[in-house]
Amino acid sequence: MKSPLFRRLLLAFAAPVAAFVFAFVLSSIVLILSGYNPIDAYGEMITNALKLESMIDMLNETTPLYISGVAAAIGFRMNLFNIGVEGQYQLAAFAAAVIGAKVVLPDGLHMLFVMGVAMVVGGLYSGLAGLLKVTRGVNEVISTIMLNSVATLGIIAGLFKIFLEKKSGGAVGGGTTPLAETAWIPDLNGFVELFTREITKGRKLTGMLVVAVIVGVLYHLFINRSRLGFDVRATGMNPLAAKVGGVPSKQMVLLAMVLSGVVAGLVGMPDLLSRTHAYDQGFTKLRGFAGIAVALLGRNHPGGMVGAALLFAFLNTSSGILQITGTASSEIVTIMQGIILLAAVVAYQMVGQVKQREEVKLASEATVGATA
Amino acid sequence: MNFAQFQKLPAYLRWPVLAFVGILVLSIVQFFTDQQLLTSTTTIQTALKWAMPILIAGLGGLFAERCGVVHIGLEGMMILGTWCGAWGALQFGSPWWGLVSGIVGGALGGLLHAIATVAFSVDHIVSGVAINILAPGTARYLSERVFTQMDGGSISQSPRVESLGDFTWPILAKGPDLLGKVERLDWFLISDLFGVLRGLLFQMTYLTAIGLALVPISAFLLNKTKFGLRLRIAGEKPLAGESLGINIYRQKFLGVIISGGLAGLAGSFIVLELAGLYRQNQTTGRGFIALAALIFGNWKARGVLTGAVLFGYPFGLSLRDLEGTATRSLLLVIAIALLAVVVWALSEKNKADAILAGAVAAGSLLFFFGTETAPKWLPGTMPYVLVLLVLVFASQRLRMPAAVGLPYRKGGS
Repeated sequence: MKSPLFRRLLLAFAAPVAAFVFAFVLSSIVLILSGYNPIDAYGEMITNALKLESMIDMLNETTPLYISGVAAAIGFRMNLFNIGVEGQYQLAAFAAAVIGAKVVLPDGLHMLFVMGVAMVVGGLYSGLAGLLKVTRGVNEVISTIMLNSVATLGIIAGLFKIFLEKKSGGAVGGGTTPLAETAWIPDLNGFVELFTREITKGRKLTGMLVVAVIVGVLYHLFINRSRLGFDVRATGMNPLAAKVGGVPSKQMVLLAMVLSGVVAGLVGMPDLLSRTHAYDQGFTKLRGFAGIAVALLGRNHPGGMVGAALLFAFLNTSSGILQITGTASSEIVTIMQGIILLAAVVAYQMVGQVKQREEVKLASEATVGATA
Repeated sequence: MNFAQFQKLPAYLRWPVLAFVGILVLSIVQFFTDQQLLTSTTTIQTALKWAMPILIAGLGGLFAERCGVVHIGLEGMMILGTWCGAWGALQFGSPWWGLVSGIVGGALGGLLHAIATVAFSVDHIVSGVAINILAPGTARYLSERVFTQMDGGSISQSPRVESLGDFTWPILAKGPDLLGKVERLDWFLISDLFGVLRGLLFQMTYLTAIGLALVPISAFLLNKTKFGLRLRIAGEKPLAGESLGINIYRQKFLGVIISGGLAGLAGSFIVLELAGLYRQNQTTGRGFIALAALIFGNWKARGVLTGAVLFGYPFGLSLRDLEGTATRSLLLVIAIALLAVVVWALSEKNKADAILAGAVAAGSLLFFFGTETAPKWLPGTMPYVLVLLVLVFASQRLRMPAAVGLPYRKGGS
């Protein structure tokens, strides 16, 4: 028999590799059917990704995707489907932009204050869904979806006009009043340039990357090393057993929902603190749903989600080069993302079943051995 | 007669009474706020049209969830339906082909969901979310390949497509127009009743008629046929069904594919009857509202219809109500409905519900008196808030299929 470590590694990587190969083959077929050369397209994507500037773009894209993935994963770990990351981060970014522009604070502190506002607003808004679940039995999937629309179509749309930037002469801008420079997060270009050449084309690596790393580490410590995290996982795996074991399930639901929303509040920060500095009409959307995909692909694992976020960011940032060089339609990347995601969840499920069957076999062998 | 006795009445007596009470409330509000739009023919007609996608997709959700598969991917399948609906209508030159191709497109999405959830036991919500991510990307890719080659098409929209057409009932709604005559007399309540009735009979599109007919057809299929019984047992007690020799996998596959087909039909309805072309993000979350209508309707066909009308009405009204005054008076309707909840909760000695409903009613009244015209965002938000309110007060008395969302393996392992 092969060594157990080898088997474990094989089983852990079988699913993502199988999913990737399947998605690769299927995407190639789609490309060929559309009259493109898949080798050219993939080649162009990879050459482009190896440029320093593209890597900066990729990391800037990875940062919010990863944070969004962690936000979704906190809920998933206890079988709570927080589909509302989208609304939570939009509302949080809007509130942070409005409140952050109204206060005067010293450098650094101002930035932390803006992040704090976003986290509180995100947590409160997701907490609402949690409260509805524990007190009124409203399914969180439906309530968070509804709250998404209430936030974007209702609250933000209703308040947006009131808080538009007022320019001199009575004109209004296209977004909220920009944040003062004290609230901007410094970029990491200087740090990167220590190891590489000078970064050109005005690219700036967002300082939120550091925050994303901190979020990932804290998530790992919370879920895998803390008592509360153990309770969360236990409730997710077997709610009844956890309850019998003394875990207060209602508080757990509320806690997981609020934490998920707190992290979701940070999703809009890379844009707000290092790019737009204001909430405008074109403020990046759909990162909440992409985060769900990242969490599913990365299996809610702090490291796995890094890979998933990088993969999605790679695909997102290569869509432009495909269009420019005409090697393929840029829309192929969204299809690739969908195929990878669907293939991955099916593959994880199948590997999970193989694992379970083996465990059952081992357990039965062990018990037979013990009684014989 | 108290509420419990009323609930024991047969359905064909209960529903007209409820509809009558609804129209009565609307006419009272209309009387006091000096409005005519709430029950006018045009409003009802528009509202009915806007309720249809929610209704049809909701019935789709019904078929999936009654056989035990959670269907959060309705939205994605509606998107496939919108694209395929427009493509079929343009490719074969007839909106009827658009209808067929929309159904096929949605059903393919359903097949994908069935393969993932039934054959591979993937978590239903995970698969649904994945389909909701895949569908818009696919639609955009296909648009880029197909619609950009056509005159008037682009990556985000298709050229115009024709509608399936409509018909008006003679004598009652045109010609002598008996209903219209009474509506124009402007008598309290009576004119309102006739206005609503005329709204149903005036220029009803064929597709709306099909959508309405689907309600009794679905109810009959699910409740009175062998197929329906087998479908329901897959959603209630699959292992019991298996012991009777029913192929549960087959039932679930059929249920989810029918469900996808209906969602696709709902998508082509939006293209053919509401917009007249395919546009990106055209479904605007209606798949999710359909899911909420399904839950509101307690997983029953008639309930889905009520939910769809309730959630579609503010949309329809806002399209006719350009000044926003009629939408504002809806706030009063909501307050009255909530006060009814207060009375009912007090009669059940449920203080918490009464206080909560009272507080929301007070908020709604304050909003009503504090504004002259409804803000632009209100009608678009109202359905979502209504869904939340309904779930807040009704969640605990709803009963979902017993085995919904649970993985099923043959032999129960």
